[in-house]
Amino acid sequence: MLAYVIRRLGYAAIMVGLVSFVSFAIIELPPGDFLTFKLQELQARGDPSALARIEDYRARYELDKPWLQRYTTWATNFVQGDFGESFEFERPVKDLLSQRLTMTVLLAVASLTFTWMIAIPLGVYSAVKQYSLGDQIITSISFLGMGIPGFLLALLILFFTITVLDMQVGGLFSREFEEAPWSIARVVDLLKHLWVPALISAVTGTGGLIRIMRGNLLDTMGQPFIEAARARGLRNRTVIWKHAVRIAINPLIVILGSEALPAIITGNALIAMVLNLPTIGPLYINALQRLDMYLAGTAIVMFTMLLLLGNLLSDILLAWVDPRIRLE
Amino acid sequence: MTENQLVMTPEAEKEQVSQSYWSLVWWRFRKSRTAIIGAIIIIIFYTSFVIVPEFVAPNLLEQRSDFLESRPQKIHIRDTEGSWHLPFVYALEEKIDLELRLRYYEADTSKLYPINFFVKGAPYKLLGLIEWDVHLFGPDPEDPEATVFIMGTDPLGRDYFSRIIYGGRLSLMIGLIGVILTLVFGSVLGAISGYYGGVTDIVVQRGTEFLAAFPGIPLFMALSAAIPIHWSPIAVYFMITVILSFVSWGGLARQVRGLVLSLREREYVLAAISFGAGDRRILFRHLIPGALSHIIVISTLAIPGMILSETALSWLGLGLRPPLTSWGVLLNDAATVRAIRFAPWLLWTVPFIVITVLAYNMLGDGLRDATDPYSGR
Repeated sequence: MLAYVIRRLGYAAIMVGLVSFVSFAIIELPPGDFLTFKLQELQARGDPSALARIEDYRARYELDKPWLQRYTTWATNFVQGDFGESFEFERPVKDLLSQRLTMTVLLAVASLTFTWMIAIPLGVYSAVKQYSLGDQIITSISFLGMGIPGFLLALLILFFTITVLDMQVGGLFSREFEEAPWSIARVVDLLKHLWVPALISAVTGTGGLIRIMRGNLLDTMGQPFIEAARARGLRNRTVIWKHAVRIAINPLIVILGSEALPAIITGNALIAMVLNLPTIGPLYINALQRLDMYLAGTAIVMFTMLLLLGNLLSDILLAWVDPRIRLE
Repeated sequence: MTENQLVMTPEAEKEQVSQSYWSLVWWRFRKSRTAIIGAIIIIIFYTSFVIVPEFVAPNLLEQRSDFLESRPQKIHIRDTEGSWHLPFVYALEEKIDLELRLRYYEADTSKLYPINFFVKGAPYKLLGLIEWDVHLFGPDPEDPEATVFIMGTDPLGRDYFSRIIYGGRLSLMIGLIGVILTLVFGSVLGAISGYYGGVTDIVVQRGTEFLAAFPGIPLFMALSAAIPIHWSPIAVYFMITVILSFVSWGGLARQVRGLVLSLREREYVLAAISFGAGDRRILFRHLIPGALSHIIVISTLAIPGMILSETALSWLGLGLRPPLTSWGVLLNDAATVRAIRFAPWLLWTVPFIVITVLAYNMLGDGLRDATDPYSGR
C-alpha cells in the first residue's frame, strides 16, 4: 500500500510540473499581456506618463524576457515557497491565496457534505422503492437539477431575492460584519448568506448523484449475492446498506475524487462570481482574464494538485470500501 | 406422424416475429414515457430553431429604435370591456420615469393588435434557398405600427423572442456538431488504444489523463482568446466547436477503450481474426459497432454539457460574440444586476436552455435503458 501511494505521489508531481508548464504556455497564447490592459486603463484615466510607467513595470516584472525564462524563475521559486507576485494587486500571490483559502475550503466542505448527505439516502430510497410515487418525484427533481447550470440558478436566485424578497444576499457577510471579530451575531449573519450557495450546490449537485446511485443500486440489487444474503436471513436494512450500497457506491467514490472535489473549488468559480463570494474562484477567473500570470499559474497548480490528490484519496477510499479491489 | 406436423400454418407463420437487436431497442425505448417526451421536445426544437428559424420567428433581427428594451406584450383574449376576441396584444405606450430617469413602456389598452397566424412578414430564404415571406405568427402586415413582442425587446430594440430562436440555432448546432466531432475522434482513438494495447495504449492513456487533469476553464479561455480577431464569425464559431470537443474527447476515448478491451476477447472477434480479417476490418466492422450503443448513450448525455459549456463561455465573453447570436451571448446581456432589475424579460432564454438540457437528459436516460434490452431488473 505504501509503495503504491509513494508511486502515485511521484507521478502526481510529474503531472503537476507538466500542467504548470503547459498552462504558462497557454496563458501566453493570447496576444498582449497584462500590461496591455494596464496601459489601456492608465490611458483611459488620462495619465500622461502611462507609457513610461508601463516600461517600468515591464522591466520590473521581466515581461520583456522570453516566457521560458520567466517560467523557470517562477518554477524554481515555487518549490521554495515563493509563488511570485500578482501584477494586478501588487502583492505576493501567497498572501492573496491564503487570505481566501479558509473560506474556499469551508464552502467546499460544507457544499460537499450537504450534497452527499442528501443525495445518497435519496438515491437509495429511489432505487429500493422503484417506480413508486416518491421515486417519480425524486427522479423529476433530479432531472431538473441536472438541467440547470449553476451560475444560471445563482442568477435566478439573486433576481428572486432582490425583486421579490428585497434582501441583499450577495457575498458571505453583510457589510457591517465583514471585518468584525467572530461572534454569535457574525455566525448568524454567515448562515443567512450561506444558504444561497448551499442551495445551489444542493440543487445542481444532487441530481446527477441521485441518478447514478439509483442506477447502480438497481444493477447491484439484481445480483445473486443479494439473494443469497436475504436467504441467509439478514435484515433488509443490513442487506441494502451493508452489502448492496457498499458495491454500488464504487463509481460515486470515483466521481467524488475526480470531479466533485475540483468541481466544487473551480466550477463554482462562476457561481462565486455571480454571488460575489470571497473565495479563490473569482480571483482565479479574474487573473485569467487579465493575464495576471503568476496568480493564475499558481492557482492552476494548486487546483491540479488538489485534483490529483483527490484522485489518490478516492482510489484509497475505494480500495477500503469495496472488498473486490486490490491496489497494485 | 406425417412430415407436415413441422410445417406451420400460414397464420402462425405471420405471427412469428424475429426480433433483431435494434427492434428490441426501439420497443424498449417506447416503453419509457420520459424518453419519448424528451425525443419529441428535441425534434420540435431542432426543427423550429435550426431548420426553419426564420419561419417561427416573427421578426428578423432589425433594430427598432422606438422600442428599446420594451416589456413583453402579453397575449390576451379578453379586452378591458370583457368582450372576447381572437388572441391579441395591446400596443405599447412610451413613458418616462422622471425619478429613475428611465424610459419604459406600458400597455395601451385602447389599441389592440390582433395576432395573425401564417402572416406575411419580412422576406427571407427558407433553408437558405427558397425565397418566402410567411411567418408562423406576427402583426398585421397592413398596419405599419403594429408590433408583437411576446418576450419584449432587448436594449437595441430587437424582438427578444426572435433573438432566442436565432440564438437557439447556433447553440443547438454547437451541441450537436461538437459531440459528433468528439464521437468520431474519441471512439476511433479509444478503439485503437484498446485494441493495440502496448505503447499506443500507454501514450493515449497518459494523454487523456493529462487533458483530464488540466483545469478546463483556463484551457477554454486561452484557446478562445487566442483566436485571431480578424477571422469571420463563422470561422470563430467553428473553432469554438472544435475546442469544446477537443477538451471532451478524452473522456469518451477512455470509455471506448474500456469497452473495446472487453469486446476484443469475444469469440466472434477471434473468429474474424482466424478468418484472416485485417485490423482495420475488425476495428470498424466488429469492435466499434459493438460499442456503438454505449457510445450513442454517452454522446447523447454529453450534448447538454457542450451546450452549457458554450453558454458559460459566451457568458464570460470568451466564446461567441455579437454579431453572432447564441443563448450564451443572450445571457451575457441578461445576466447583470441592472438587467435583472429593469428588464427581467431578458431572462426568458433560461427556460429554453433548461428545457433543452432536460430533454437531452431524458432522451439519453431512455436510450441507456433501451440499449441494454437483455438486462432484466
